[in-house]
Amino acid sequence: MRDNSLTPGIVAGRLDQAAYAENFDDLHPRMDEHEATVAADRCYFCHDAPCITACPTDIDIPLFIRQIATGTPEAAAETILEQNILGGMCARVCPTETLCEQACVREAAEGKPVLIGQLQRYATDTLMEAGVHPFTRTEPTGKRIAVVGAGPAGLACAHRLAMKGHDVTIFDARPKPGGLNEYGIAAYKTVDNFAEREVDWLLQIGGITVETGKRLGRDMTLEQLKADHDAVFLGIGLGGVNALGLEAEDKDGIGNAVDFIADLRQASDLATLPVGRDVVVIGGGMTAVDAAVQAKLLGALNVSLVYRRGRDRMNASEYEQDLAASNGVRIITNAQPVAIHGNGAVREVEFEYTDDDLSPTGQTFRLPADQVFKAIGQTLEGDGLPELDGRKIKVTGAGRTSLDMVWAGGDCAAGGDDLTVTAVAEGRDAAEDIHASLMG
Amino acid sequence: MANLETNFIGIKSPNPFWLASAPPTDKEYNVRRAFEAGWGGVVWKTLGEEGPPVVNVNGPRYGAIWGADRRLLGLNNIELITDRPLQTNLDEMTRVKRDYPDRALIASLMVPVNEDSWKAILERVVETGCDGVELNFGCPHGMSERGMGSAVGQVPEYVQQVTEWCKKHSDLPVIVKLTPNIADIRKPAQAAKDGGADAVSLINTINSITSVDLDHFSPEPMIDGQGAHGGYCGPAVKPIALNMVAEIARDPALSGLPISGIGGVTTWRDAAEFMALGAGNVQVCTAAMTYGFKVVQEMISGLSQYMDEKGFASVDELVGRAVPNVVNWQDLNLNYVTKARIDQDACIKCGRCYAACEDTSHQAISMSEDRVFDVIDAECVACNLCVNVCPVEGCITMERLPAGEVDPRTGKTVSDDYFNWPMHPNNPMKCAAE
Repeated sequence: MRDNSLTPGIVAGRLDQAAYAENFDDLHPRMDEHEATVAADRCYFCHDAPCITACPTDIDIPLFIRQIATGTPEAAAETILEQNILGGMCARVCPTETLCEQACVREAAEGKPVLIGQLQRYATDTLMEAGVHPFTRTEPTGKRIAVVGAGPAGLACAHRLAMKGHDVTIFDARPKPGGLNEYGIAAYKTVDNFAEREVDWLLQIGGITVETGKRLGRDMTLEQLKADHDAVFLGIGLGGVNALGLEAEDKDGIGNAVDFIADLRQASDLATLPVGRDVVVIGGGMTAVDAAVQAKLLGALNVSLVYRRGRDRMNASEYEQDLAASNGVRIITNAQPVAIHGNGAVREVEFEYTDDDLSPTGQTFRLPADQVFKAIGQTLEGDGLPELDGRKIKVTGAGRTSLDMVWAGGDCAAGGDDLTVTAVAEGRDAAEDIHASLMG
Repeated sequence: MANLETNFIGIKSPNPFWLASAPPTDKEYNVRRAFEAGWGGVVWKTLGEEGPPVVNVNGPRYGAIWGADRRLLGLNNIELITDRPLQTNLDEMTRVKRDYPDRALIASLMVPVNEDSWKAILERVVETGCDGVELNFGCPHGMSERGMGSAVGQVPEYVQQVTEWCKKHSDLPVIVKLTPNIADIRKPAQAAKDGGADAVSLINTINSITSVDLDHFSPEPMIDGQGAHGGYCGPAVKPIALNMVAEIARDPALSGLPISGIGGVTTWRDAAEFMALGAGNVQVCTAAMTYGFKVVQEMISGLSQYMDEKGFASVDELVGRAVPNVVNWQDLNLNYVTKARIDQDACIKCGRCYAACEDTSHQAISMSEDRVFDVIDAECVACNLCVNVCPVEGCITMERLPAGEVDPRTGKTVSDDYFNWPMHPNNPMKCAAE
């Protein structure tokens, strides 16, 4: 234990350098050839396989696994990428335990699914490391399409449109493309700058221009984009963060989990990144887990993840919950924050236990906290957007919005889970629909 | 624990598991380790005639095929008979037999097809104190190009002739090892019997190319860019061997000819199957080469447990027990009507039964929206393919329709009378006797 592990407050360098490297190493190192062959041999090559149905991008999983088993991981990668151009990232971040691997018949048979996610990574990494981009553009169409947001939905949409010969410009508010892949996912899931490398690899298709630092509503309007392009795709994600609605929510030490994760991902030296001694994360989704686990890995002494409902209602999968628990994160459920205490900076958060129907019980407790992360959901931001459905952009069919020649997909669009893989599927399908609309 | 003691043509061994003549039995060192591990007998690696020993290739000798998780399913080899001096082998055999008098020690022999050569080697071999000889008429590679091995085994007249010489010049029991690389295994077996053989052993290895190197365009194992066919063995050949053993066991003309069963014996169960089909003992090679000599311990415990469960006091009660049930196709009962039945609780919904039946068989399995698979009795011919492709053992079974029930496929009422092809009205050769 280093001397400053007990230091109160938000301080940098709680660990020695070796510990940072070890803590933020690859969560699942890439399989080697032997591991992949053994794992691939377990696939039963099911008829009309349940894993395909469970995959939002409909990857032909039995086929790609058979291609791995027969020594052609490059062909396997092509099978994956033709359905999901971000198959490399999805292999790292997909909650496979609630998607393909949950549906795997070997999960039913013996509680041990084929390791589909890791096999997908083996295949896509093999191809990408060889520098191969297996797709080419068709004849240019002369059509110009604006894609707003360089996250998974926008990238998938842009790539598919570029393949079909259209000229695409992607606009993104941040300094780097990638969206949540670059800014919003735990570092140990995507080591060695993978998000950035994947974007570079994707852009090899050609026909795509990326303009960063361009925010819709600040640097351009939807009307302008429509006027200058034949079609517009909105993949702007959810830029806002929900507030707790408590007094003193602006005290020092209280921040958004998404900002913490983004700072961590962009930090060149994790030892310079300060973290509290007693950290409290409020929320129950993947973002909450990513923030809590990474706070612990940065050297926080006590990290509590507090969620207002029961464990079964948490959006974070069971696997993610276990990951948090095994990293020493204390998960407290059925408790919601009622007050923040502290003089200038936060010192404690007071919670009240709740029933399953969220009604207060009158029983409270306090957690010491010098750093609090809010992770209770993100919201759509922006004016002049197409018609909304609740708090997201209303879409019909393959991402058609209320505005002519404007499509939307990913987290900003209503319907579907807020997952990378869902965003990819929506971006891809919108591209197909845009293409069909433009080419008649 | 059941008594596994075996008396095979007068040769006693503590259990029916012998190591076949092969690389594992080429040296005193190996054979002593085998006996220490518990093997009941050893057929020493084949001896050739006095003189400069044969030479082997100096590149790879073995090729293989694998199943899932690289489980070795089939092995082929291009190794020749022992490449050590004859006297060295004989001295070692003498010492081993002296130290392990309760174990069977058999000398495998292969010399040119002339009486003097066989007489000469037999005179040398008998001095070792070995329990018998096995005539190697089986090796399909290398030695066969020189007129020995399977070149002899493929000509029944040669088989009989050499067997006669061996019986004439030695009092030792003679086992004739047969090659499977022939059209009808009964012919060389008959020749061996006619020559006075005490037993036959089978099968020797099968002509094979295990794989082709697709970069060098050469068969494996590759020697300097080329390959020759080898002899195939291991689990993959067991079905072929079982059939050949059964063909001999159920041939009335060969009745009573003892058989030593060889070919892919890997577990106690394989051994029991060979013995049920008429083998008095078994010989093993590939399993030992894959897992080491220790595998015999599982064979001993497994066979012993099985015999206890069946109440067999001696292996003799097992030997040949399945032979009466090996019949010709035309003797099968056409009134035995079964249908596939899927245990829905055991089903994991992989759909392989559906794909197999729908694409390649009789469209007799239905698939619902929620992946429930059911058998359509009106289409099911009971082919068993669904049972075979199902990854869950026991999930799909074949259940017999009881007499009196109507088979919805044929519309006919099931009868429990025996009714075979010769009795069938569609048979153009139907006996006119009725």
